[in-house]
Amino acid sequence: MPNHQLDPNKWITLYADYLFNYTIVRVKDRETAQDLVQETFFAGLKSMANFKGEASERTWLISILKRKIIDYYRKINSKKGQAEVRINYNSDSESEGDWLEERVADGYDKNAEDQIQNEELGLAIEDCIDKLPEKQAKIFKMKTILGYDTETICNDLNITASNLWVIIHRARTALSGCLEQNWY
Amino acid sequence: MSTKNKFFISCEEAKHICDKTQYGEASFWEKVKLNVRLSWCRFTRAYSSNNNKLTKLMDKSKIDAIEQDKKAEMQRKLQEEMSKY
Repeated sequence: MPNHQLDPNKWITLYADYLFNYTIVRVKDRETAQDLVQETFFAGLKSMANFKGEASERTWLISILKRKIIDYYRKINSKKGQAEVRINYNSDSESEGDWLEERVADGYDKNAEDQIQNEELGLAIEDCIDKLPEKQAKIFKMKTILGYDTETICNDLNITASNLWVIIHRARTALSGCLEQNWY
Repeated sequence: MSTKNKFFISCEEAKHICDKTQYGEASFWEKVKLNVRLSWCRFTRAYSSNNNKLTKLMDKSKIDAIEQDKKAEMQRKLQEEMSKY
């Protein structure tokens, strides 16, 4: 059985975006998602002694993050519960037989299904990006996901535009190949 | 430059223009040259098709990332926290 090691120095570079994508589809707010990811890393540090090395570092961090997300929902629900007026549809006998449209499931609502598929796709892409060399992954994310312009990236990382395009080309070729195997 | 060289580009250059097209950074003239190449070169066509597919998947997935400066801040906070252990 492989014995995985923890290296907190690399957590942000290797896992921050993966954990962030996992979180953002669940909490729908960038700030909150970033806070939860940061808290996950802190909690990870605290419980490093409990890591047995059976799971990969990322799987272990995801299990901590899952608990953080549940805690977050518990917290906001308990706040909401105090302020909300609860509506009970069945309490009024005079409205008996009324047709409650909002209680009927919408068979045409494909949103949930699409969302699940998009989340899986997002994580599959993250998995493929993780396989790229660190510099390639960083530049690809800056250009493609964050939408930084070429000049900004070149100035930030002190590379030429032709360097950037060579790196983007290699990253895109590798990603297409990886997704060909794992997604299509 | 002869007219022939203006219109006919290498496979490498075609791939480079194709990459730029994915980010909306290819000029009109570059797109014309790419299209000429696409009309007869099946390797460029295959690359272009995979490249377009990747762009579509990226858009569909709504994949997101943490901004670079935010990441640097997270790293700093993590280092601070690590020094406590």
